Amino acid sequence: MRTNPIFSNALLFGAWFSVGLLILIAVFMVLRSWPFFDREGLGALWLDSNWFPTEGSFNLLPMVAGSLMVTLGAVLLAGPTGVILAIFGRYYAPARLASVYRALMELLSGIPSVVYGFWGLLVLVPWISSFAPPGASISAGIIVLAIMVLPLVVLTVDTSFEQTPKKWLVAADALALQRWSKVWRIVLPASLPSILSGITLQTGRALGETMAVLMVCGNIVQVPGSIFDPARTLTANIALEMSYASGLHVNALFVSGLLLFILTVVIVKFGGLIQEGTRRQGA
Amino acid sequence: MNRLLPFFTLLISIISLTGCGQSTSEKLVLTGSSTVAPLVSEIALRYESQHPGIRIDVQTGGSSRGVNDTRSGLADIGMVSRSLKTSEEDLSANIIAWDGITLILHQDNPVTALTRQQVIDIFTGKVQNWREVGGKNEAIVVVNKAEGRSTLELFLKHFGLKNSDVDADIIIGDNQQGLKTVAGNPLAIGYVSIGAAAYEFEHGAPINLLAINGVEATLANVEKGVFPIARPLNLIIKDSDSKLATDFIAFAQSSKVNDLILNQYFIPANAN
Repeated sequence: MRTNPIFSNALLFGAWFSVGLLILIAVFMVLRSWPFFDREGLGALWLDSNWFPTEGSFNLLPMVAGSLMVTLGAVLLAGPTGVILAIFGRYYAPARLASVYRALMELLSGIPSVVYGFWGLLVLVPWISSFAPPGASISAGIIVLAIMVLPLVVLTVDTSFEQTPKKWLVAADALALQRWSKVWRIVLPASLPSILSGITLQTGRALGETMAVLMVCGNIVQVPGSIFDPARTLTANIALEMSYASGLHVNALFVSGLLLFILTVVIVKFGGLIQEGTRRQGA
Repeated sequence: MNRLLPFFTLLISIISLTGCGQSTSEKLVLTGSSTVAPLVSEIALRYESQHPGIRIDVQTGGSSRGVNDTRSGLADIGMVSRSLKTSEEDLSANIIAWDGITLILHQDNPVTALTRQQVIDIFTGKVQNWREVGGKNEAIVVVNKAEGRSTLELFLKHFGLKNSDVDADIIIGDNQQGLKTVAGNPLAIGYVSIGAAAYEFEHGAPINLLAINGVEATLANVEKGVFPIARPLNLIIKDSDSKLATDFIAFAQSSKVNDLILNQYFIPANAN
């Protein structure tokens, strides 16, 4: 096949550039984390009593737990809700409402996260505080994050519905299938792999979210006992302390970043495995 | 790819050459406290615009970095958001502004004053209910600052606490987040920079500023030097320093930058 050599070379350059960038980021994080491992050892990350970096105590485990709880909670809440909303938007809503609905979702997905965080801080946290003080908690973080990723889940799910082969739907109509059986038996199974991979991508986004979570989660370093306890995520830890840290504290914060990097890679890989698994089952 | 190589080489050389134009200009490097850095960056911008050909580079990294860099000569001027210690007398401090820290409560909270011991008991978790210090029968939500902030250091020092002693319910980053958190939560108690709190209070935020040791938390009291939790914001130099450095410090201490200092809710050192 003949291709334009300049165009394909530019593409090749772009591809290698992004791979190179990723490798550089990883190398940089390891280099900046290294003095910490050298001085404190790997064990300090879970053996130290708590996170008091200026007092020489560097336990990061509570923040890994905080990040995972908030992220998984948000995805468990937004995933199924998003699928239901997408089904409504594409197969049940009247045509005019459906187009307004899609535009609204696109608008919502463009709102900066700080705005959601601000709403959470001024409305959600005081409301939760009225029945479960202090209010700033895992649950507040889960709700804010779920609302943030919901429009994106709806949009990706909607896109994967669109890719259902037209002739299947025509055949379903010819067989006089009801709307619900068409969705449940044909559309959902056909688009399951891309729904799952879409949700996985949103998991990565939720894991990396910083400002909104920082504003509503309370940022106490502890393994939360209930969803009404405050907790700190890895991202919030970096944002709160990086510009104020010096010495080993900085290196410890780079370790937070490194852990976040590893978690993201693991989740994306895991998402890929799920997608492959369902695709194989479907075939 | 080979055909593109000359193009990229050319592009990269152009980019790297543009940086070399102004090698004759004078350069001033400041490092240190992140409380002082935003203010000094603003001052530096104004200084640069009045002195073409001078470039000022402001970097953060904490007060101790400011001290170390000034000693080693890495920085011309260090920024330090506390008084110099006795071990640092080889350097000379120049106060450019004052900052104070005050406790804040929600306006619905009937408590109007707390003793030193009550504050300590609340922040260490010995007192968990507002009823015990004269308020309603409700839980106390303690708002603490994130590790490494100089506001936290000063607060802990004033009350003789260690950060690991504090039993906090919410940890916040900057002053604004602290103000919003307390304004949104009638159970909360927190501490922030006085100027920021006074500004929010005047603009209708539902917060109250607590008196400390009976001294009202106002910018005027910081200015008079009677407010107990106050700290100087310093620019430090080694005794044998350049004309440019001393000139910049004189500019930062002059009334020409008072508007910049007040914008950041600090008190200019030349105010009294």
